[in-house]
Amino acid sequence: MEHFPILSAITFLPLLGVLIILSISGEKEIVERNARNAALLTTVATFLFSLVLWFGFDKTTAEFQFEEHAGWLGGGISYHMGIDGISILFVLLTTFIMPICILCGWETIKDRVKEYMIAFLLLECFMIGVFCTLDLVLFYVFFEAGLIPMFLIIGVWGGANRVYAAYKLFLYTLLGSVLMLVAMLYMYGEAGTTDIPALMQFDFDPQAQVWLWLAFFASFAVKMPMWPVHTWLPDAHVQAPTAGSVILAGILLKMGGYGFLRFSLPMFPVASEELAWFIYALSCTAIVYTSLVALRQTDMKKLIAYSSVAHMGFVTIGIFAFNVQGIEGAIIVMLAHGFVASALFLIVGVVYDRLHTRDIDRYGGLVHIMPNYALVFMFFTMASVGLPGTANFVGEVLVLVGIFKVSSWVAFFALFGVILGAAYMLYLYRRVVFGELTKDDLKDMLDLDRREIIIFTPLVILTLWMGIYPTTFMDFMHVSVENLTVQHDAAMASYHSLTQTVAGN
Amino acid sequence: MTEIFPNLEIAYGEIFLSIGALTLLMVGVFKKDSVNLVSWLAVGFMGVALALTVMYGAGQHYTFSNLFVADGFTQFMKILVLVAAALAVIMSREFFKLEGDDRFEFPVLLVLATVGMMVMVSANDLMSLYMGIELQSLSLYVLAAFKRDSERSTEAGLKYFVLGALSSGILLYGCSLIYGFIGSTNFSSIATAVSNFGEGEMPLGAIVGLVFVLSGLAFKISAVPFHMWTPDVYEGSQTPVTAFFAVAPKVAALALLARTLYVPFGEMSGSWAQVVIFMSVASMILGSFAAIMQTNIKRLMAYSSIGHVGFALLGIIAGTTDGLRGLMIYMTIYLVMNIGMFVCIMSMRRKEDGMVEDISELSGLGQNHPLMAAFISIFMFSLAGVPPLAGFFAKWYVIIPIVKQGYFTLATVAVLASVVGAYYYIRIVKVMYFDDPVEEFQQQKSFPMKIIVTVSAILIIAFIMPQISSPVLEGASIAAQGLVQH
Repeated sequence: MEHFPILSAITFLPLLGVLIILSISGEKEIVERNARNAALLTTVATFLFSLVLWFGFDKTTAEFQFEEHAGWLGGGISYHMGIDGISILFVLLTTFIMPICILCGWETIKDRVKEYMIAFLLLECFMIGVFCTLDLVLFYVFFEAGLIPMFLIIGVWGGANRVYAAYKLFLYTLLGSVLMLVAMLYMYGEAGTTDIPALMQFDFDPQAQVWLWLAFFASFAVKMPMWPVHTWLPDAHVQAPTAGSVILAGILLKMGGYGFLRFSLPMFPVASEELAWFIYALSCTAIVYTSLVALRQTDMKKLIAYSSVAHMGFVTIGIFAFNVQGIEGAIIVMLAHGFVASALFLIVGVVYDRLHTRDIDRYGGLVHIMPNYALVFMFFTMASVGLPGTANFVGEVLVLVGIFKVSSWVAFFALFGVILGAAYMLYLYRRVVFGELTKDDLKDMLDLDRREIIIFTPLVILTLWMGIYPTTFMDFMHVSVENLTVQHDAAMASYHSLTQTVAGN
Repeated sequence: MTEIFPNLEIAYGEIFLSIGALTLLMVGVFKKDSVNLVSWLAVGFMGVALALTVMYGAGQHYTFSNLFVADGFTQFMKILVLVAAALAVIMSREFFKLEGDDRFEFPVLLVLATVGMMVMVSANDLMSLYMGIELQSLSLYVLAAFKRDSERSTEAGLKYFVLGALSSGILLYGCSLIYGFIGSTNFSSIATAVSNFGEGEMPLGAIVGLVFVLSGLAFKISAVPFHMWTPDVYEGSQTPVTAFFAVAPKVAALALLARTLYVPFGEMSGSWAQVVIFMSVASMILGSFAAIMQTNIKRLMAYSSIGHVGFALLGIIAGTTDGLRGLMIYMTIYLVMNIGMFVCIMSMRRKEDGMVEDISELSGLGQNHPLMAAFISIFMFSLAGVPPLAGFFAKWYVIIPIVKQGYFTLATVAVLASVVGAYYYIRIVKVMYFDDPVEEFQQQKSFPMKIIVTVSAILIIAFIMPQISSPVLEGASIAAQGLVQH
């Protein structure tokens, strides 16, 4: 390894922050202030550091870059890091969202600040690790480890029913993941290695592929989440503190989509193709059903949580379209959702901090007293609906183009979801922001303060950037995605020729 | 090969420790107020025995007319037993200082039990097997009832004794059947005899005998359906004794079980595998479901240990070197987690109430004692098998071999049981962090306790680093070769 281990540095930099925070002692006030500052500094430093990847990344190759190899457990299990055009954007998304999360808990978190910041930094380390690692075991370790801080974040700093939500999140996710673990063990037994690039080259028996695919599906579907295993998400979102919701929506959900792209598609091409109808069916149901459910919600966070499930339906449809447009669209939807859903949760957080309720009926007419807030809210409502010029539009169009080539029916249902999406978002916006300002407790609410404006500005800029000039982002992923589809088509072609020879005999 | 004078070298550890136990007894009797001295001497003796085991244990040697064997496998397991025993003695110092009832017999009995376990690990004959088990068990019965004025402790001792005696009887009956039908008690001779029987020609009596022996050993490792004594004994015994029970006898009995199944009856794996699979699955399932309703932390740890034995048995089921290696890695990590956890349980103490064991007493520990709560969380998440902690790797290394052997259903049941298990482990975390604080515990951890708990927590976190894990992994690989080579 000649070059500087940049990926490890980015992954483990947050742990340095944890050590610094652990070493802070003294009076409560000072400890809290220092813990906040240290956490913010660490996350910002991590973000700046990760920009090295942005500028140093070679966009002309589908090979893994910034690779690092080191011995680990032996027997084909090694410490292998590396990123390609698919994962780099998720790494950057993570490092970008984290400072925002820290800032958003700046004033609202009042007790156990030190522990709060430690939990978030640990979570950051694990999340970056998930996207950077190229070893199956290491992936599983990072993937699961993130549960511990998330469990604590929801359970300690969450709302009234937090214990139930924390348990549900933990057990649901663990249940899905252990099935994936068995599949991983089987793959290790077959291939004798857990190196992801090596496994991508390995031909698993088509019969076994179905089982392996289903086991991985169990994990990623819960994480995504896909209907009908999405029920943990609304609970977790509603009970989590604002920053927890932002992380959940912004990054953790993307692990599922990333998993499909990194494992299911390249490693089990035959099973993916054969079970694509299953994904379509679940995704279409998710899009229509959860959009209808979202329409009926009275809790703002729950509404956005259901909208997340619907958006993730687009992602799965796009991924399993098996063409460049579909997959690129899926990645763009994931990134866009990372910005927009995070922003929407922050928007809910802003009024929640002031009134301590998320009940939509308690609001109305906010435009009269909080014009800036109304503007930001408007922007992200439109972004969530998929207005041209915002990031979601680009992603959704690409997904629809991709899936239309495969099945026009699926495209129809997906489009139906876009319409419903517009309905529930605009309905939400109308009820919260427009109308007469009649409720007394709303009258002395303050508009966005400086900290909140700082939080929203980068999100607005990126949503617009990705909407107006998506090429910047697509350039990163294009070669890798193309390589993925080429590999997939080749695998399918060889499988078909094989089955034909068998049938011919 | 008969020797005129037995090769004592490979048994130096046992011999030294036996003499040591008698010396300690003398010191205790003739010197007033010598508990402290006797305890620390006991720890020292164990250290010496450990050094002797390390020095003379390698290779593969038989002695005492093939009654006794020493190889890499016995060496590894003896190290675990000695470490667990020494830590239990150190823990007992703190405990008895606080609780009173400080008597020098405690370390003496513990040392004797340890000798018994070492003999079990090295047994190469049904006779030495039984002797080892009895030496161990008799000392443990007394240890369980050590707090003689307490009803619970006496009950624990009595229950353990009655059920233990029953299981010893079953075991002995099994041994006699095997001897009757095969004609030898020596493992090597039995192995030859078994391999001479063709497929399906094995005398029924010998198979019944093997099942009886298995049942007797299952009692010692508290595998389902012979687990009933475990929660009561764990709850009734004093905490350092429970810590010792949770680790050392299990290591020794699992080692003995592995040797019995692999060496003399290795050729009959078809006959015993189904029995062991049943015990393993039943233990994992019962261990996870029954623990959910527990309110006493020691009972919870008892059910947890039943579940963990189920996992450890997976390593034996695989029937391969990798499986044995997994078993050894599992027991090593299990030792560290349990010792750490029991030190934490020992510090659940209030000035007026003395020791408390109710899980609800941990409420709000995250605010009262953040460090202790952090330690307990680490142990709990590790016991649940959540990565990146060591408990995950323990499970990883026992499940790989069974998947390689094609036991997919078994592997799936195992991981699903671990999810159920996670429910009650994280309940402790929930109580500590999410519930409102109750009265604080007395801050009174002595220096050795702090060291033990900190080191175990660090080991559990750092196991993911190759610097920490590779000695265990490589040691276990070499040790596993030792047993399979027979």
